[in-house]
Amino acid sequence: MASLVIAEHDNTNLKDATAKTVTAAAQVSTPVHVLVAGSNAGAVAEAAAKLAGVEKVILADDPLYAKLVAEPMEKLILSLADGYEAILAPATTNGKNFMPRVAAKLDVPQISEILAVESPNTFLRPIYAGNALATVEAAAGKKIITVRTTTFKAAEATGSGTVEKIGSAGDPGISKFVGEELSKSERPELTSAKIVISGGRGMQSGDNFHMLDKIADKLHAAVGASRAAVDAGFVPNDYQVGQTGKVVAPDLYIAVGISGAIQHLAGMKDSKVIAAINKDEEAPIFQVADYGLVADLFKAVPELEEELTKLGY
Amino acid sequence: MKVLVPVKRVIDYNVKVRVKADQTGVDLANVKMSMNPFDEISVEEAVRLKEKGKATEVIAVSIGPQQAGETIRTALAMGADRGILVKVDGDVEPLAVAKILKAIVDAEQPGLVILGKQAIDDDSNQTGQMLAALLDWPQGTFAHKLELGEGSAQIEREIDGGLQTVEVKLPAIMTVDLRLNEPRYASLPNIMKAKKKPIDEKTPADYGVDTTPRLKVLKVTEPPKRTSGVKVKTVAELVDKLKNEAGVI
Repeated sequence: MASLVIAEHDNTNLKDATAKTVTAAAQVSTPVHVLVAGSNAGAVAEAAAKLAGVEKVILADDPLYAKLVAEPMEKLILSLADGYEAILAPATTNGKNFMPRVAAKLDVPQISEILAVESPNTFLRPIYAGNALATVEAAAGKKIITVRTTTFKAAEATGSGTVEKIGSAGDPGISKFVGEELSKSERPELTSAKIVISGGRGMQSGDNFHMLDKIADKLHAAVGASRAAVDAGFVPNDYQVGQTGKVVAPDLYIAVGISGAIQHLAGMKDSKVIAAINKDEEAPIFQVADYGLVADLFKAVPELEEELTKLGY
Repeated sequence: MKVLVPVKRVIDYNVKVRVKADQTGVDLANVKMSMNPFDEISVEEAVRLKEKGKATEVIAVSIGPQQAGETIRTALAMGADRGILVKVDGDVEPLAVAKILKAIVDAEQPGLVILGKQAIDDDSNQTGQMLAALLDWPQGTFAHKLELGEGSAQIEREIDGGLQTVEVKLPAIMTVDLRLNEPRYASLPNIMKAKKKPIDEKTPADYGVDTTPRLKVLKVTEPPKRTSGVKVKTVAELVDKLKNEAGVI
């Protein structure tokens, strides 16, 4: 029986997280179908249909789905659930919001943030902020799964699935989207960037984060932060990398003025290469860093910018 | 309006977690246990609603072993009015927790249930949303700010790209994120007072809920360890290593 992937998108672009979830879904149950719920999201559906392994895209195009509000999403996914053995969504703030509603209504447990599919009914997932890994076996019945996308490769855009349009499944009428304030940035998104440079409490102010912006512009990197820097008001909440923020696994993670609390490490320790700049040589960040530089960041970061400029970045 | 606040007893967030050698779980023997940090934020928000005259009563619920009663006492010391302890040993999955909470909601009829967005032990991030679905209530998850109106609430949420505001009809479910408030410390007089507040003891059977886990944990293992690398002396050396040794820039 088939699996259904709930697409993550902004009504214009299909997010990389969807392509990665398709890879996970193909290991659970095939064929893979993708649900694109959105408003004027035809281009997203076309992009999803091109993902390798996707047989069919179901497009529910209605203003009701413009912001993937949880209550109408629950209703829509439930209206399609009968035909699927597994329903998967990326573990984004959207997937985390509506998927447990679907699981509860189907009277099945949800398997959150899987890191690997060991067999079609056995999954690896992190617990205790990633300080332990649990291998769990699902009982018979539908499987509702959210996927930590950092550990799955994106399905390539080499497929040729079909697109089927469906109507709205109706508005429960108990909630509505009011507005949003999104961080505007020309840089890549934190969760899909190849290089991430993050600042911690050591940055001392929001203005000082501009030093990191300059490096990020040179390296085409995303800028992140530790919880301490977010709590201090240096940068907005969506910069936060860690157990309760975003989980990233770029090729290179540069930690600047970050001590390396367990909760932060949980969000970045799967990065391929970690570099750390901190003036405290005892900082726990150095225990996970491939390259550590004990230095005052206010000297080292401008120097880093100069060195990169010299090399033509 | 009554406000219901579920609180979970978990390993203290400062404790270094150790996986048991037999791979059956993590070692909880003689380990400090505390209220789930997100639940402290829920309790704080509920108590503030009462202090502002918007809530009439704050009820703290915990589902767990006898010692979860201590977690309820913590909530009572912070300002909750009474507690309900649903005694059960062993792991209770979010779906079973949500079913028990639904039965309590049916009995108590709160206008708002405030939960932590996730517990720091199983990191599931499910219970609030599941409870909302079972009740057919709306939800505002990962709350950053709450504005209570007449018959509805506006909840500002922390989402991947920034902040989003939704309006939900009451009764509703809210799950809280880190920056909603800063929980207070209970004062000694309030800790003393909390000892006299009532805690009702129940069992899952009282609510007709079977808590047998539906997911089977085959094993719990340690994550692959990262070994610490090398210290470099200068920025130039760092850039050289990143470019020529690691090949990541």
